[in-house]
Order: sequence, then structure tokens, then C-alpha cells
Amino acid sequence: MIHSLFLINCSGDIFLEKHWKSVVSQSVCDYFFEAQEKAADVENVPPVISTPHHYLISIYREKIFFVSVIQTEVPPLFVIEFLHRVADTFQDYFGECSETAIKDNVVIVYELLEEMLDNGFPLATESNILKELIKPPTILRSVVNSITGSSNMGETLPTGQLSNIPWRKAVVKYTNNEAYFDVIEEIDAIIDKSGSTVFAEIQGVIDSCIKLSGMPDLSLSFMNPRLLDDVSFHPCIRFKRWESERVLSFIPPDGNFRLISYRVSSQNLVAIPVYVKHIISFKENSSSGRFDVTIGPKQNMGKTVEGVIVTVHMPKAVLNMNLTSTQGSYTFDPVLKVLTWDIGKISPQKLPNLKGIVNLQSGAPKPEENPSLNIQFKIQQLAISGLKVNRLDMFGEKYKPFKGVKYITKAGKFQVRT
Amino acid sequence: MSASPAYSEEKGGSSSLGEPEYGHDPASGGIFSSDYKRHDDLKEMLDSNKDSLKLEAMKRIVAMIARGKNASDLFPAVVKNVACKNIEVKKLVYVYLVRYAEEQQDLALLSISTFQRGLKDPNQLIRASALRVLSSIRVPIIVPIMMLAIKEAASDMSPYVRKTAAHAIPKLYSLDSDQKDQLIEVIEKLLADKTTLVAGSVVMAFEEVCPERIDLIHKNYRKLCNLLIDVEEWGQVVIINMLTRYARTQFLSPNQNESLLEENPEKAFYGSDEEDSKDDKPDAASLVKRKPYVMDPDHRLLLRNTKPLLQSRNAAVVMAVAQLYFHLAPKAEVGVIAKALVRLLRSHSEVQWVVLQNVATMSIKRRGMFEPYLKSFYIRSTDPTQIKILKLEVLTNLANETNISTILREFQTYIRSMDKDFVAATIQAIGRCATNIGKVRDTCLNGLVQLLSNRDELVVAESVVVIKKLLQMQPSQHSEIIKHMAKLTDNIQVPMARASILWLIGEYCEHVPKIAPDVLRKMSKSFTGEEDIVKLQVINLAAKLYLTNSKQSKLLTQYVLNLAKYDQNYDIRDRARFIRQLIVPTEKSGALNKYAKKLFLAQKPAPILESSFKDRDHFQLGSLSHLLNAKAVGYQELPDWPDEAPDPSVRNVEVPEWTKCTSREKRKEKVEKPFYSDSEGESGPTESADSGAGPGRLCAGQQGGTAQPWQSFHGWRAAGSCEEEEQEQVKKGKKKPPQDEGKGGSESSWEEGSVSESSSSESDSGSEAEESQSEPESKRRTTVRGRAGQPGRGLLDQLITSQPQHVPTAFLPPSAQMLSPVFSTMKTYELLHRMAGEGLSVEYYFNRQPFPPDPHMVAVQIQFSNNTESEVKNLRVSEPKLVSGMRIQEFQEIESLAPGDTASVIMGIDFCDSTQAANFQLCTHSRQFYVSIQPPVGELMAPVFMSENEFKKEQSKLTGMSEITEKLTLLDKCQSDHTIVQRVTAAANVSRVPCGADNEYRFAAKTVTSGSLILITLEQKEAARAHLTVNSEKMVIGTMLVQDISQALAQ
Repeated sequence: MIHSLFLINCSGDIFLEKHWKSVVSQSVCDYFFEAQEKAADVENVPPVISTPHHYLISIYREKIFFVSVIQTEVPPLFVIEFLHRVADTFQDYFGECSETAIKDNVVIVYELLEEMLDNGFPLATESNILKELIKPPTILRSVVNSITGSSNMGETLPTGQLSNIPWRKAVVKYTNNEAYFDVIEEIDAIIDKSGSTVFAEIQGVIDSCIKLSGMPDLSLSFMNPRLLDDVSFHPCIRFKRWESERVLSFIPPDGNFRLISYRVSSQNLVAIPVYVKHIISFKENSSSGRFDVTIGPKQNMGKTVEGVIVTVHMPKAVLNMNLTSTQGSYTFDPVLKVLTWDIGKISPQKLPNLKGIVNLQSGAPKPEENPSLNIQFKIQQLAISGLKVNRLDMFGEKYKPFKGVKYITKAGKFQVRT
Repeated sequence: MSASPAYSEEKGGSSSLGEPEYGHDPASGGIFSSDYKRHDDLKEMLDSNKDSLKLEAMKRIVAMIARGKNASDLFPAVVKNVACKNIEVKKLVYVYLVRYAEEQQDLALLSISTFQRGLKDPNQLIRASALRVLSSIRVPIIVPIMMLAIKEAASDMSPYVRKTAAHAIPKLYSLDSDQKDQLIEVIEKLLADKTTLVAGSVVMAFEEVCPERIDLIHKNYRKLCNLLIDVEEWGQVVIINMLTRYARTQFLSPNQNESLLEENPEKAFYGSDEEDSKDDKPDAASLVKRKPYVMDPDHRLLLRNTKPLLQSRNAAVVMAVAQLYFHLAPKAEVGVIAKALVRLLRSHSEVQWVVLQNVATMSIKRRGMFEPYLKSFYIRSTDPTQIKILKLEVLTNLANETNISTILREFQTYIRSMDKDFVAATIQAIGRCATNIGKVRDTCLNGLVQLLSNRDELVVAESVVVIKKLLQMQPSQHSEIIKHMAKLTDNIQVPMARASILWLIGEYCEHVPKIAPDVLRKMSKSFTGEEDIVKLQVINLAAKLYLTNSKQSKLLTQYVLNLAKYDQNYDIRDRARFIRQLIVPTEKSGALNKYAKKLFLAQKPAPILESSFKDRDHFQLGSLSHLLNAKAVGYQELPDWPDEAPDPSVRNVEVPEWTKCTSREKRKEKVEKPFYSDSEGESGPTESADSGAGPGRLCAGQQGGTAQPWQSFHGWRAAGSCEEEEQEQVKKGKKKPPQDEGKGGSESSWEEGSVSESSSSESDSGSEAEESQSEPESKRRTTVRGRAGQPGRGLLDQLITSQPQHVPTAFLPPSAQMLSPVFSTMKTYELLHRMAGEGLSVEYYFNRQPFPPDPHMVAVQIQFSNNTESEVKNLRVSEPKLVSGMRIQEFQEIESLAPGDTASVIMGIDFCDSTQAANFQLCTHSRQFYVSIQPPVGELMAPVFMSENEFKKEQSKLTGMSEITEKLTLLDKCQSDHTIVQRVTAAANVSRVPCGADNEYRFAAKTVTSGSLILITLEQKEAARAHLTVNSEKMVIGTMLVQDISQALAQ
């Protein structure tokens, strides 16, 4: 299975290594660097590289390459999924999964890696168990540690590993018992030149923050569960209950976790909340072009569209852009050729517009394709699919928890072709 | 999260502790002396008495290891602390030890005794971690100690320790492969473990140590299938992959017969039930097609139990299930995985990359599966190039006549992309679409021709190459395009493209006889200014023209060759000289000259454009080898399906005769006796609640006093009594029909009443009661007499006389009247064997009674017998795991069942007119058993009464597709009316329909769930031949029924 792991930053430094079997020399990473060079772009480094004696499977997260060394046949997704789980754990422990965070907590990181794999096979990947084994750094603890010289290693023996519900710690106590659910839906769409929808679908997740004492057994039901076409579950959810009654029944992990992710059935038409009018043109034999984009709300169900950001990857030939915006501010990165227009809220009375001149490199041929516009937005208090949580019931504990549900709709991969 | 504010603090804290002295300091690693000195410092700290100092030192050392720095010279100082009281220090020492023990073997031995002590600790977690570290120390000398520790841990009380033992097995194996035999013993032992914690780890060990020992799995197969859903996610992946291989060696291919069918119907069939409906129907259909093939229940078990895992959040699990379905499921069922795989496309780009590669392979074989998700593969300009190219591959594989126009429209947008590699790939994709789909070939060609004017060299070159390939397939039809391309030579400057055009004109100069010499003329004019590759092609063109059209081009050729003779490039000079010798006849030119035409104008095969993912599916999907398209180290080949299924009984856990039907006859007899005797006793009180008329009416073959298994039904009886009345009507009707026969009108009105269960008939039921009670008795007597005349039917007779009957056979012609009502088909099936059920044995049969609470359900009579020493309590059904649409009406919980006692209950199952099994758990107060009931197709229907005319009318509506006919030969013993009717009604729950002709038999029924009519006609021809026809809109049921009946008649 997984032999070794190297963490490599963008400048090509190997800043952490961990071996679960015999040590593999760092030089194996040269193959990776070679592939990286060939790919030119970090996104295009092939995740699986074959070398004469090893296979390298890598992921790229937060400007760090997680490169694992494999010696024998193993499902590549197994490794990739695990590496992402490692990155998620770092995120969970240190608040961010960055090179500095890892370097500053190198001992914890090393201990975590030690616990997560045994002889290359995953052992404990549930964050609740890991936190029992190795305490995440907190203010209080680091102060105490510096005085007493103790470490973050758990003093008690972890019992979670033995339990039937490995995702939940045994003894949990809160003074305020709360359960929050965020229903977050993202609209993935491709809009073509004329404004008609080529492809649109809704992908949703329910992220939960559960702070409940003891062993609560929750069941969450929806007003319209039929909307959910394809669902993937956190392991805590009882599958059979969902199959028969369309109710999410589970003993939750403690803290933050993703309860389900779902896709809304593709038969339902997706309401696209914004529209874009655009004129982008480059004149033949001239070193300039026109850029004029207006964005407006549409079918927003009485809610305001906010947090609107338009990102455009301009053609390579673009030198710079002179634009004026009626709302928000824009920046153009002349190196990456990326135009970012941060609009904020859209008010239907006065539609935000950005227009002006595009300067091209003189002598460069006219770009053939107009760049596509990537749009981000947010709508609070609305689940665009119409999904509604009906009720949350708790069994197994006496107290009355505070419950809350929040809906939010965002743009996912929302692209307008021009 | 509270972690984020804490982090900054911690950052300060930890760096103040450890950082300044090494690590970031650029000078530190480089200067050896300072390095050495610092280690001295660490040694001192490790030797001190204070735990805090030791801990500090260990932290620094671990940090060094993490950064890849050598800390091996500290080994002696560190290893001393292995017995340190402080658990934190200890843990860090373990970390160090595991890393360096291999390099310092002798010193490492000092620590072994500590772990050996740990192995005996009363705390399971300490035992486990001691074993974990001990097995991680890669020192060959301790192999015997490890072996001993593993063996001991494998029988530890704690499942966690056993799990650790399983993890230790591959470690020991990699250290010393001579231990294999002993390790296999341990694996065998651990495989038998029933806890979910161990299952994943031991299968992992199995895969690493002895993947070839498939025989170890037999006994554990069912257990693994059932545990699967509760195993942790990583274990699931390993188990599923292993079971895929296992299933390939043990079961027959579910698609073996389908491959014999032609492509087209197959596709249509497949396309029609794409998504959700596929669970029941197609499966049934495929069951029909393979005559002798019935899916092994264990095979089905695997498919059923893995399906929910498609909803896992872990992409690796989803992929594992997907490949399992791809490799093992009947074609029609594979579709379920598409949805889940498409979901994974939303995940991280690495996951996308892997999934797309697998989808690409799958989409070649099973295109229909992904067609509904076509749009999910549309490309965004922000996708990384490697993802774009894979999506393009999938889109191309999915292209067919119907969707090609949408796909081409998409491709048009892609062609204008800024990402040139991607554009090139798109052009290739268009080429492939054009070769695969003849309809759009011209459109594609025109589009590509337009691309020739693109500014980008890569695009033009790619288009020319693709056009060239396309033209090669049918040049005669495309002289227009060749002409067009000839014109392009004026504008196009890209040398590669010019060269390609020239080659084309030369190759097909016969199709453009006028233009070719002209092009050559133009080219010879600009010859000196051309690029080298173009010049070579000009020479080529000249040579070909000289051979085909020497009149017009002789001089031009001479001119070009002369120009080339003095070219700067020696390749060109060489080529010119060579060609001149070859084509221009002189005295010196040898034999080759004669063959010049053959040499130049030989038929060149058109290149084949096909996916690079073709045939990749011989690698197990989802594997590393599949991804690399090369065998990776340690890859276990996915075996081909066996021709003959190996003995399925090897998977039986305790009792070999578990498989059905081996000794059914005997068992039936044995079982049924206690059943009745028991029910008699129990029935007493409840019976009285019911009307006295009940038993007699219900069971034609029984008398009022005879016990019958309806006790538990009583709860429903009140509600369902009207149905019973109707049955009475049936009997009443029996008297009339002989006279009424042929008069369709009056009968059909009656029939309506009975089918719709109207209560109108209830009114006269009272008066009929008497009659009906006396009648069956006499009938029974005659029956017994009649049957007794037949030799060798003793057993059946026994059944007939003792079993309750409900065979509603109205309107029988006189000859058959006495036979039908007594006919029995109560085949008993085993639900839970006595051994498997730990003393509780359960059997069931289809009693063919309507199920009053829900007319859409099939009634299943279940009989429990308690063979244990103790009472079994709270017998009930729980957690039905049903295919969508199926429903179960559970029976009332049986509070307790005394030892040696039996009880019987009735439950209703709505099978949705499919032969899919209903799975559920049978729970007792202490245990639960997974059981499943699979109905024979004949039990999915209820008899219908109709007249001959009615029958004919309905039959005429159900022709064509809905009619299934089979020819069969009736055996001698199967010639008599009696046997035929009996066998047909045994095979299916149907009633006989009167018929004028005496060589014809007709039967009618309706499916229980949807109420679709099923009409059966058996026509006897001369010489024992017969035609069996089934008319029904449910074609699947129809075909299966034909099979069943002809089998019943052939026995």
C-alpha cells in the first residue's frame, strides 16, 4: 500500500517526509519534478506517475504537493482519497493546510501520519478518534505545554477506536446543546453565447455543526425528499432508514462534519438567478478591443444576489485593460491575464456594468476566442432547488437542543461562454 | 473551530521551543561540527531525569526525522528511554525506533523485551500498540518472536488486538517470506472472525500474503458480504476488490447468453430501461434468456450488498463498487453505477482524472450507461487540460446518431479554445466521430476543411492530418474536397499542412486529373522557396503524376527533379536522384522501373481512428494497472468467468445440503407433518372466532374439521371475509358452467364481480354455505379414488389429502372438474436451515391465497420450528432490504416459541411482478438472520375466471410482442389431461379456462401487483408435440413462464 509520503512546496522543496515501511530515498521525487516541469502548469501534473521501481501518486492542495510512493498495485483512488483525508485532517487541526502551519506543527503532523497509516494501510482516519489520540493545538494547551513541558499527545487511551460508532467520542458534554445545519446549494452551469443554458444542475451539501451532549440519536426529515436524486452519506447515516422512509437518521459525530452531499435530479429545470449581457470583441489588424459586460438579477425569488465576482481569463495577447465600472472594483493581472471584477450586491434598479478598451500586444494576431466569464455569487436564505428541512427529532437524550437550519445558494462552476 | 486562533499562538509557542536551534536555520544542516554538537546536547537531555527535558529532546528528534535529516547517531540514547514511564515520551521513542531500528539492528534488540511485556498488558490498547511497534521493527532476528506474538494476538479477546494482528501479518511477510505457511494459518483463523473491525484488515493481509488462496474465502464469503456495509471504508475497498476476483472464479457469467444475441436488439433493450426500472425487469429478462443459467444466490448477494455503498462519501469505495458491477453484474444492472460515477466528477481534480479514465473505458463497452449524463462531461474553459482531454474522450465514445449534432455543436465551441493542445485533441475527436458515424462524415469534413484556414499551425496540421485520414476512407466521393484543398495551397503557409495537401493530391490524382498537374505547375514555380518537407512532397507529387499522366506532366517533373538536384538539402537531392532512376525509363534502369507504378500508387490502408481506451477493460477497472495500461507490480489478474460453475456448496457454512431442491421431497414430508399436527392444536380458539363455514369453503380438498394453516391469518379475516365469500361463489359457479359454457355474456358479468371483489355476490353466500360444505367432501372422495388409480403418486396423494387448498377452478369442463380442485403445488422452500439458524428452522411456501390486507401482495406462508433446547422469543421481521417498489407486510411478532414447537404465520410481499428476491432479517430476541424469499414466476399471479370467448377476445389484444410461443414435445406420461392440467397449475397459479377443442388447454391469471392478464394456451399436436403460447403484456413474466411450464411438462 502506501510506502512513503513527501510534502513538496511550490518551489520544489521537500519539507516533510514520512515512511511507513523501509525508507525510500528523496531522490524518487526527481521523477515527480520532471513530470511537473513537463506539465508546465500545476494543474496538469498527472496524479499518477510511473517510475522504474515505484509509482508516485500525488495530489495538489493549498499549494502543497502530497506525493506518495507506492510499490505495488493499489487502487489509485484509494491513495488519492487518503491523501485528501490527510489534508483535511491538517485543515481540521491547524485551521489551514499550509506549508507554514505544517512546519510549525511538525511533531503533531508526524504523529498524525503515524496514527493514520499502519504499514501503509489506513488505521484511524476519523477526526474524532485522532483528536482523542493527539490533541489539536489550542491556546490554553500551548501555554500549559510551554510551562509544564507536556505535549499534545493524548494522556488517556483512546477508546473511540474500539467503539461501534467510531466517528463519535465516548464522553461529550456541552452546557449549551446546539445542532446547526447549513444547506448549501451550488449551481453548476454553462451558459452559451446567446444566453441559453447549455447545462445546469444543482449540487448541494448539508454541513452540520453538532454540539450535543451524550449519545443523541437524530433524525432529520425533509418536506420534499424526492428532490434528492443522488445522495452520498457520511458513514453515520443509517442507509436503510433513508431507503425506506427518506429520513436521515444518525448518531452524529461531534463537531463539524458534512452530513450528506446530493445532486438534484436533472429533470428539474434549474432557475438561473443572474443574466449577463456582454460584448467582447477584438478588431482585426488593430491593437485594441471592446469589452462591455452587464450583469443583472433574474428569478431570484425576492432575494438579493450578493457577493458577485466576475473572473475572466483574457487571451494571452491582451496587454492591459482600461475599464470603468458603475459598481464595484476591478483588477487586471497582466501576468496571468486575469480580470477580476468584484461587484458585491446587485440591485435591480441599477445594473452593474463594466466597460472599456482592451489593449492588445501590437502585431499579435487577433484572439480567436472570446474568453468565458466565470461568475460567483451568493444568495442567502434560499435553497434554489426548493429543498426544505421539515423537522429534526432527537432521541436518546433528555435535554432540549437548540436547532437551526440555514439555507444558502452559491454559484458553483458557473461559466458564461462569450 | 477553536483551532484557528490557537494556531497562531501555537506557532509562536512551538517555535520558541524548538525552532531556533535547527531546522529553518540555513547554516545548521551544513556544518557537521555544529550538528554533532547539538546532538550532544540532545543526548544530555535524554539522559536527564526530567521527563519534560526528555520530551523536549524527543520532539526535536522527531522533527528532524520528519524533515529527512539523519538522527541515527542518537539511537543508543533514545532506545534507553523505551521503558520511560511518561506515555508521551514513550510514544515518540516508538516513532524513532520504527524509523531507525532497521539501521541499528543490534541496539534495537534492547527494546524488544519492553514490547514483549506490553503484549501481556491487561489493557487491550497497550497490547495492540506493543504489537504494532514490535511488528514494525524490521529486524529479521525477531521474526520468531513476531510470529509468536501474532499468533497469540490473533486469538486475543479484543477485536482491536486481532485487527492489529492482521496488520502485522504483511509486515512479517515482507520481512521473511518463508513464514508464509504459518501466516496463512493465522489469516485463515482471522478470516473466520465475525467482527467488522477485523474484516477489512485481514482481507488486506490476505491480499498481500496469499491472494491466490481463493479457497480460504469460500467459508467466509457470505459473512464478508453481509458485514461489508459496516466495515470501515478503507477495508470496504479491499474487500470489494478481492470479492470481485473471487466472484469471477466461482460464478457463471451473467451475460453469457446475451453475447450470442445480435447487437441491435441488445442495445435497444438496454437503452429502454436505463435508470431505475432496471432492477427488476431486465434482470428477469436476462434470467429467461439463459436457459440453464440462474444467478447463483451468492452472486446476487454480493451485488445486492455492495449496491448501497455506491452512496459512500469515499470515492475509492464508490469506484470499487462501480468496478464490481462492471465486471460482475448482468449487463442490464450495470447502469446504476453511472450516477454515482458522475457524482465523483464534482470531486477534487485528481479524483476526476482517475474516474474519467475509468469512465472512458466503460463508455466504450457500455455506451448506453452514460448517455443520460452526456452533459456532465461538457468541458469548461477552466478545467485543467488533462481533464479536458479525458472528457473529450468520453464525449467521443458516447457519440451516436442521435446525439451527434449536440456533441458537434459543443465541439465547435471547443475548437475556438485558447488551449491549443485541447483544440488539437478536439480535432482528433471530430475525426473519430466522423469515422464512427457515417451520417455526419460530410459535416465533419466540411468543418475540418474550414479549420484549414486557422492561423494556428497546430490546428491546421491536426486538421489536415485528420482530413487526410477521413479522405483515405472513401476518396472517390470527395474529389470536391480534394479540389478545395488544392485551392488552399495558395493561402496556407503552414508547411506541414501544405505537405499533407500535396500528398493527398498525389495519392488521389486520378480523382482530380485536371487540377493535379496545375498544382504541380504552381508548386514547381515556388519550389525553391518552400520548406523541406514541402519540397519532398512536391517531388512525390511529381513522381506520381509522371506515372499516371506523363503526357501533361513529363516536363514539369523533369523540371522539379532538376531543381531538386541542386537543392541545398541532401535529403532532397537524394530523393530526386532516387526517383529519377526509378520512374524515368533509361537503358540502365533495372527491373524496378516496371514496378514503379506499383511502388508509388499502391493501395494504402486507411488509418483506423480508435480510442486509446479500447480493450483496457481486461485490467480490473479502478486499478493502478488499468490507469497505466500496464501491469503493475503485484497486480492480480482478473480471471475469466469459468465455463462450469465450481461447486457452490463450498460456501455453505455448516450444512452441505443447504442448497435447495436436493432432497426436497423427503424434507417436505418430514416437515409438513409436525406443521399440521401443531397447527391443529393452536387453531382451536381462534378458529371459533371465524365463521364455521370458513375452512370448508376455503379448501376444496378439506373438510370442516381438518386443520389448516390459517390461524395467524385470523386477524385479517374479518376484513377479508368478502373474498372468501367470493371463493364460495366460485364453487357455486362450478355447478352452473357446464350448462352455461359458451355463453360468454352471462359468465363475463360474473367474472367481473369476482375480479373486482365486489360485494354484490356476498348476499347469497349464506345460502350457499351449506351446499359448498357438502360438496367438497364428495369431491374429495372422488379425487382420492381417481388418484389412487395412478401408480407412483403416493406422496402427492398424501399431500393432497392433508394440505389446504385454494385452487379456484371454476368453469372446468366435466372431464377436469374433479381433478383440479384437489391439485396441490405446495412446494416448500427453505428460508433458514436448522444449522444456520442455530436450531431455528424456517420454511415457507406460497399458499396461493389472496392476501386480504393488500390485494397486490403475494401471500407467503412461513413456518417456524424451534429445534433448540430453549424458548425462542420475539420472532419478527426487521429491516427489509427491498428493491424499489417492493413492499412487505410483516407478520405479527411471535412472542415466544417453545422448544420443539412450530408456528406458522402468513406475510404478504408485493414483488412488483418481478422475480427479485425480497430480503429481510428474521430477528429473534437474541439473534438476527439474513433471509430472502425469491418467488418462482408462477407465484406472481392469481387465477382469473373467464369464458372461452372472453379468453379469445383478450388473447387477440395480446399478440405480437406480447405473445411468446414455444414448441415442445410431451412425454408419454405427460399425455393425459389430468397430468397436463396438474403440471401447469403446479408451475403457476392459474385457473383453467373452458375450451371447446379437446386438444387444447387454456389457463388464465392476472399478475398480483399490476393485474396484467396472463393467458396460457397449450395446444396438443400430433405425435406428442405441442405448442405452448403465453400472452401477456408483461413480456418478461411471459417468457419466464413459458420456460417454467415447459420445464414442468418435460419432467
